[in-house]
Amino acid sequence: MFKALSIDASPEATEHWWHQRLTAGANLFLLLWFIVSLTLLATQAGPLDWATFTSWLKQPLAVILMLLLIGSTAYHFRLGLQVFTEDYVKGAGRAAVLVALNFFTVAIVVWAAFSILKVAFAVAA
Amino acid sequence: MPETPNRARPLSPHIGIWRWGPAMTVSIVHRATGTALTVGMVLLCWWLSALAGGPADYAGFVDLFTYQSGKLNIVGWIVGVGLTLTLFQHMASGVRHLFMDAGDNFELKSNTLTAWATFAFSILATIAFWAAILLENSHV
Repeated sequence: MFKALSIDASPEATEHWWHQRLTAGANLFLLLWFIVSLTLLATQAGPLDWATFTSWLKQPLAVILMLLLIGSTAYHFRLGLQVFTEDYVKGAGRAAVLVALNFFTVAIVVWAAFSILKVAFAVAA
Repeated sequence: MPETPNRARPLSPHIGIWRWGPAMTVSIVHRATGTALTVGMVLLCWWLSALAGGPADYAGFVDLFTYQSGKLNIVGWIVGVGLTLTLFQHMASGVRHLFMDAGDNFELKSNTLTAWATFAFSILATIAFWAAILLENSHV
């Protein structure tokens, strides 16, 4: 008798699905925080200009949540665009698009994280 | 070789009989808005890097979306309202999706009602957000 093999089409599929939902929950919380923060800045902190935004983004809580927001949304769009690519891009181009998607995601995260940290650690002018 | 199927025989009708409904609309809109939000991600990073670049860089970024007076120009309106509407829509249909993932909300009536509700939410939230911004910042 042969041993039953796993019938999973792909063991990564469940993880992909679950991580899409986990990051969805995190995104919901983090984006609501971001939108409420912007609204509070607009209604209470005066003009929405460079000085207002940078002094807001220097607060430790804002820095941490903004970094988490970037990480969580980037992971989420990386998973979502993978599904989109697998559904609509046929043939050899698919692999190329998926590789480009990985590079794009990493670039976005590094770009945003560097910018946030630069504002956070900038010496006050 | 299998026999050639008899084309005259009736096929199971379930594939061919359907009517477009709000659940399908909200499904494809969820996918479209999610993909479109990639633009929002790039803009968010651009905004952050403009903030990091200093007041002159930031002025250059803001100039793309506003007139000299500080009021939003046509690009600012389209991008601003477009992206917030897209985000709120994806957020609402995403929350509806999470309930369905948990096995809830498959009753026809509530499923249809919540499909419509996502559109109502995204429009109202967009109006509320921009009202808060514009009413408190009359120069915008």
